[in-house]
Amino acid sequence: MISGAEYMRRELMIRLVRLFDQGKLDEELDRIPIRVRPKDGEASRCCVYHDRAVLKYRLMALLGMRCEEETDEAQTLAGYFQDADAREKAPGDPPLTVCTAGCSGCPDNSYVVTGNCRGCFARPCVFNCPKNAISVVNQVSQIDYTKCIKCGKCMNVCPFHAIVKTTVPCEDACPVGAIRKNAQGRAEIDFEKCIFCGKCFRACPFSAIMERSQLLDVLNVLKRKPAHVAAVVAPSAYSQFPGTIEQLFTAISKLGFDDVVEAALGAELTSANEAQEFLEKMSGGQRLMTTSCCPAYVELVKRHFPDFLQYVSHTPSPMKYAAQLVREKDPDAVVVFIGPCIAKRHEAEESGLVDYVLTFEELGSMMAGRQIDVISQEPWTLLTPAGENARNFAKSCGVTESVLADMTRPKCGTCGESGKCGENAENPCVENGQCGENAENPCVENGQCSGNTETPCGENFELKAKFINGIDRKTLSQLKLLAMGKDPANFLEVMACPGGCVNGPCSLHVK
Amino acid sequence: MEKIRLEICCGTTCFMLGADKLMRMETLLPEEFRERVEITGVPCLNVCMEESICRAPFVRINGVPHAQATVESVFEEIRKLLEKEEREDSE
Repeated sequence: MISGAEYMRRELMIRLVRLFDQGKLDEELDRIPIRVRPKDGEASRCCVYHDRAVLKYRLMALLGMRCEEETDEAQTLAGYFQDADAREKAPGDPPLTVCTAGCSGCPDNSYVVTGNCRGCFARPCVFNCPKNAISVVNQVSQIDYTKCIKCGKCMNVCPFHAIVKTTVPCEDACPVGAIRKNAQGRAEIDFEKCIFCGKCFRACPFSAIMERSQLLDVLNVLKRKPAHVAAVVAPSAYSQFPGTIEQLFTAISKLGFDDVVEAALGAELTSANEAQEFLEKMSGGQRLMTTSCCPAYVELVKRHFPDFLQYVSHTPSPMKYAAQLVREKDPDAVVVFIGPCIAKRHEAEESGLVDYVLTFEELGSMMAGRQIDVISQEPWTLLTPAGENARNFAKSCGVTESVLADMTRPKCGTCGESGKCGENAENPCVENGQCGENAENPCVENGQCSGNTETPCGENFELKAKFINGIDRKTLSQLKLLAMGKDPANFLEVMACPGGCVNGPCSLHVK
Repeated sequence: MEKIRLEICCGTTCFMLGADKLMRMETLLPEEFRERVEITGVPCLNVCMEESICRAPFVRINGVPHAQATVESVFEEIRKLLEKEEREDSE
């Protein structure tokens, strides 16, 4: 089931799409908060008026605005719409914004004695507290916060579960400590530290952390058509909607896209080149190489452990390769990447190869707003369907599997093994146990693998993979251990989201 | 005995606003309902436009649309219909 936060986010997106199509956004935007929370209806917060105030900020973010940049509280949504409607480029970094009116200002992490306390005789909380911070007053345990060190022992020993830990979900979810509180106690993101992983966005029970949408920009570009508009669709999309991949592509094209391209085609290039890069680096004496397709991970290294950057693969991500494939055909094309990721918005802007990024929620809302049902579509003809390995890039371990398959593909591994040219090999390089002079990629000299050649034999380097399946607070120390050479792994795959992109912050979560 | 007709909207609006669990209704149906209910997925019922959007997801039971449907609310409705049928049979 979806949460109330997801329901509201999607409802607003669908309303925006429908009003856009009716050409009524400028006159109707300011009425949406009232329509969604009428005075006689139910409120989610203290009253419908607070709900409406928060809704205004949600719509601001949906128009791509930053709530932090509000200078005139009296500015109408119609006013913001005018600015958003006129811009010709996607709203840039940062991709996240905090709605302080919606932030509950959760009290700091702490341990609290609840009404479940029975003031028992044994008092394990009092006896187990290492700082003597607990005393019993009027038959109820009391914590002296000037002494408490938040170790949590009292919580663990209480037989009545009377002591609980209060949490700040956004701060707890942030793997890099980028969230702090402002003077009013509301959450604030430090964008020097933020890696755009979107974990706070997902964690906040008040949905006060919002992404800055590019929905309006994409609607505009599809309507105005300054050039051919191509959709590059992440492989994680395939499990999101009811219906087949081919039906989904037809549905996307019906939104006005001139071309729909699998990002997995880019993943094939990423995989092949990453395999090559790995072999080169290993033969060059490097100890470790990590994947680079997860933009939140790349930001983590850049901002928090720059010395580790030398180990991160230089091979471009599937999104960048797929965008290049589109641009090779049509240099002026407008490229829209569709994925489950917030950090991709940052990567897109930084690369200059991708013009806009849509999330699956935004894509689904566009289709919902226009009543395009995926399962009722005719199948789209994929001229060159991407391979299964490339499509599995979206799942944890999928990248490694694909790179491994490319490494051991019968390029030279097969040739070397048998000492003879494998007849089925793609790039035969050995002839009769000797390096074929005409071969494109000579890798064997005198029947032995030569370390100096461009494509050294795969078999000399065993890929020892390690996986970081979901970035958290421990990730940085894990990377530090790897950098110190305390781990035998020579290939590290990192996915910011547990399970891979399929569980990205903006995925629809359909199993 | 005529089966109860349960039509689940497979339109994208209903899907986006929480119908994914409804779409798995076939597997969630309790044993006692299996023989009595006929489930079909149908294209957009066209009841989600304008202000009623905030009442999605929709299902249709014996031709009557139900708003804000959940698996539980649908079961409840089926139970009521079956009870009514039994009462009428015994009369």
